[in-house]
Amino acid sequence: MGFSQLLSRMATDNGHGEDSPYFDGWKAYDRNPYHPTKNPNGVIQMGLAENQLSFDLIEDWIKENPRASICTREGIDAFKDIANFQDYHGLPEFRKAVAKFMGRVRGDRVTFDPDRIVMSGGATGANELIMYCLADPGDAFLVPSPYYPAFDRDLRWRTGVQIIPVMCDNSNNFRVTKEALEEAYQKAQEDNIRVKGLIITNPSNPLGTILDKETLKGLVSFINEKNIHLVCDEIYAATVFRSPNFVSVSEIIEEDVNCNRNLIHIVYSLSKDMGLPGFRVGIVYSYNDAVVTCGRKMSSFGLVSSQTQHLLASMLLDDDFVEKFLAESSRRLANRHNVFTKGLELVGIGCLESNAGLFCWMDLHRLLKEQTFEAEMILWRMIINDVKLNVSPGSSFHCKEPGWFRVCIANMDDETVEVALERIRTFVRQGKDADAPVKKKHWQNSALRLSLSSRRCDEGVLSPHSPMTPHLMSPHSPLVRART
Amino acid sequence: MRFIQQNLLSKIAISNGHGEEIPYFDGWKAYDSNPFHPINNPQGVIQMGLAENELCFDLIQEWILKNPGASICTAEGVNEFRDTALYQDYHGLPEFRNAIAKFMGKVRGDKVTFDPDRIVMSGGATGAHEMLAFCLADPGDAFLVPVPYYPGFDRDLRWRTGVQLLPVHCESTFKLTITALEAAYEKAQAANIKVKGLIITNPSNPLGTVLDRETLRSLVSFINAKNIHLVCDEIYAATVFSQPGFISISEILEEMECNRDLIHIVYSLSKDMGLPGFRVGIVYSYNDAVVNCARKMSSFGLVSTQTQHLIASMLSDDEFVERYILESAKRLATRHKDFTRGLAQVGIGCLKSSAGLFVWMDLRRLLKEKTIEAETELWRVIIDKVKLNVSPGSSFHCSEPGWFRVCFANMDNETMVVALQRIRKFVLETKEPEMPPKKRYCQGNLRQLSFKSRRCEDIMMAPSMMSPHSPIPQSPLVRATT
Repeated sequence: MGFSQLLSRMATDNGHGEDSPYFDGWKAYDRNPYHPTKNPNGVIQMGLAENQLSFDLIEDWIKENPRASICTREGIDAFKDIANFQDYHGLPEFRKAVAKFMGRVRGDRVTFDPDRIVMSGGATGANELIMYCLADPGDAFLVPSPYYPAFDRDLRWRTGVQIIPVMCDNSNNFRVTKEALEEAYQKAQEDNIRVKGLIITNPSNPLGTILDKETLKGLVSFINEKNIHLVCDEIYAATVFRSPNFVSVSEIIEEDVNCNRNLIHIVYSLSKDMGLPGFRVGIVYSYNDAVVTCGRKMSSFGLVSSQTQHLLASMLLDDDFVEKFLAESSRRLANRHNVFTKGLELVGIGCLESNAGLFCWMDLHRLLKEQTFEAEMILWRMIINDVKLNVSPGSSFHCKEPGWFRVCIANMDDETVEVALERIRTFVRQGKDADAPVKKKHWQNSALRLSLSSRRCDEGVLSPHSPMTPHLMSPHSPLVRART
Repeated sequence: MRFIQQNLLSKIAISNGHGEEIPYFDGWKAYDSNPFHPINNPQGVIQMGLAENELCFDLIQEWILKNPGASICTAEGVNEFRDTALYQDYHGLPEFRNAIAKFMGKVRGDKVTFDPDRIVMSGGATGAHEMLAFCLADPGDAFLVPVPYYPGFDRDLRWRTGVQLLPVHCESTFKLTITALEAAYEKAQAANIKVKGLIITNPSNPLGTVLDRETLRSLVSFINAKNIHLVCDEIYAATVFSQPGFISISEILEEMECNRDLIHIVYSLSKDMGLPGFRVGIVYSYNDAVVNCARKMSSFGLVSTQTQHLIASMLSDDEFVERYILESAKRLATRHKDFTRGLAQVGIGCLKSSAGLFVWMDLRRLLKEKTIEAETELWRVIIDKVKLNVSPGSSFHCSEPGWFRVCFANMDNETMVVALQRIRKFVLETKEPEMPPKKRYCQGNLRQLSFKSRRCEDIMMAPSMMSPHSPIPQSPLVRATT
């Protein structure tokens, strides 16, 4: 047997997806990480969607509630029972607490049944688990693009399930349309591929937008009509920082009596809303009893540590804390988003208008030599290597149009945000001078031709009436947006 | 609607691959609906079907109180909360990997060292086994597994992976032989099934026995000759409480020629340290490609960093670890001795064992006939009348009926005494199957106890029972020594 035959096919293919550029930027960061004092010229990590803005609130609560830990003097009595507890149903108080939290995050407009809460190894595990329950190898799920890169691994790698991207573009702010869905579905039928469901991330990663009620209702009726599943990854539910309010699929089905609930499933986690990715708290919430039962058995492969269940049960059952946390976290995200987008506006960079998420969907298509993904890659490598920011290129999210970049903004302190913004500003202003006769070192090989395409320009937040923009509206600016 | 439902879900979801229909789980259900409690429910079912280690929690709790910095929730440790809660790197905290590697070495008497960079996390040993199956085998491929084996393997290795398990039947002494392996391998070849590896659990669940050096070496030769993998589940490594001691595959590798790319260890803290709730599963592979692949797969079941942080601290404390390993072995030895003595007093023997959290109890003589049905019948009596949840050998795919795995380390002394009392009462009241029905107690008609070619030192008996002048001469279970 040859070497490669020693292992499984799975072990030797690229299904893990780590060869995509999404991870290259991380490697650049790992080799040269920014630090304000020790390495001020290092790469700033803006490719990791983490929520670091509200740890102080959590730490305060922990200090005030020693019994929540099984390692404190106050809580050690529970150590034995907790350390022994391996029931895949999970601690009852944990399920109760998560169900309650999910309700609060949705403004208590819906309630969640603790008996439908199934644990998993983070949302990573949850997404894989739900695929195992709903689809056979070779079956497919429709996924609106741009989408979270790791779906390629989580949904497909070990399950053998296919992803059929449903391309969305900026012509309608990347909203997924019924036409696009129908087209993708029909094509699958023609190709003899069995579509088992549709998976949406709402709020969206990487867009940071939320689906309006009408669109959601449309999706629900689409899947009902085709008798396929709807998996809603609502992992960013509590990162909504501005109106309009988040509408969860759980709310839609309360109103839609015709919906077959057996088709509806929610994936959740505490990694984004609470900023606790290390704790691996993944949740599958299904309205389908058979899926709950099966999912629960599968959860054995990735249960949440009972130590962590115990801590979070306490925390999330504290109504006062939860209310305070959700409000304050939202406020800080709004603030950070505002600072960042305004900072970008100063140099004429726009972002897709968004009201959720831990990132901005930045529009740099004007900085592209040409509207191709190759040009996007060139620009991206420049951002990593010269500007020293790890941002994520739109192509890694399977975006249909080049020039978009996801930039994470909630994983750093205020000072670092300023440094990042300053670097961007410098980069853009140097780019402005690219056409000038003076040779600039980094621009020698990559003189960016900034073409003004016929693209409609009203998608960015940059308003021609903004007080910051008048000097940039000069026809000599590389970043002037033509208004058509 | 049911049909539509069937089509809606995956084949995996509607299959029985999760394996929960087997009796192994029925006893748990009986326990769940009527659990024993010394005060609140003294007539309830005593749980003896769960291989948990509850004997040394005091040591762990004491350490925790003395080392508040190990927790990220104490005043001393909360300044590490943020970095720990944020850390989601699938390599795991370096200090965690270092501590696990060190602990694994200590458990093996420091006869070998483990490389922290080969430590890969998983969702408990459950996740570790599945992960290795995904890395080493394609759907339809097979692993050889000596019987009897842990029932969870049927789910962990097969359910979502599509891998097959081929039992390797051992002789009546439950010793694994190359002959048996060769036979199973040939059978697979003849059936056109591709064997990718052999899985052993050493120390054994459910037998509690350890493999000797010669056997281990021959296993290594076997898998090298066939160029197939060897997965060693060493989850009970630190539950060894007497001689013969434990020899790890890692030690054998140091002594003989072997293609290391074929060798993989599964480990966990669930048994050795009694922390099943913490889901600390470990895959340790000597194959670089497997380490790389498994590490990527570990994303589906990483250990909570809160737990990694605690365990890293605890297992880096050499003095604590050494003390813990010694004391735990001591307490297990005592419990094992007390339990087997108590059984022997009513003529019940167990397979001689030096490890594990259970005994492999011999109730063959109580069977109406040598069938699985009779075993199941006896088992239901034990659950329903004796009110003990023990695990019937058939749930471990044991080919010889009449054996039961009985866990003894998941209770306090008092409960063990109650359990023994119940067993005693049951045995003394049980009619010998061939005896005339009107005899209530087993008087006269002492059965001729035939002794098979089994070596008698495999069955543990108290010396007093070996005498024909035993205080319980009427016991049907007196074994004559030949």
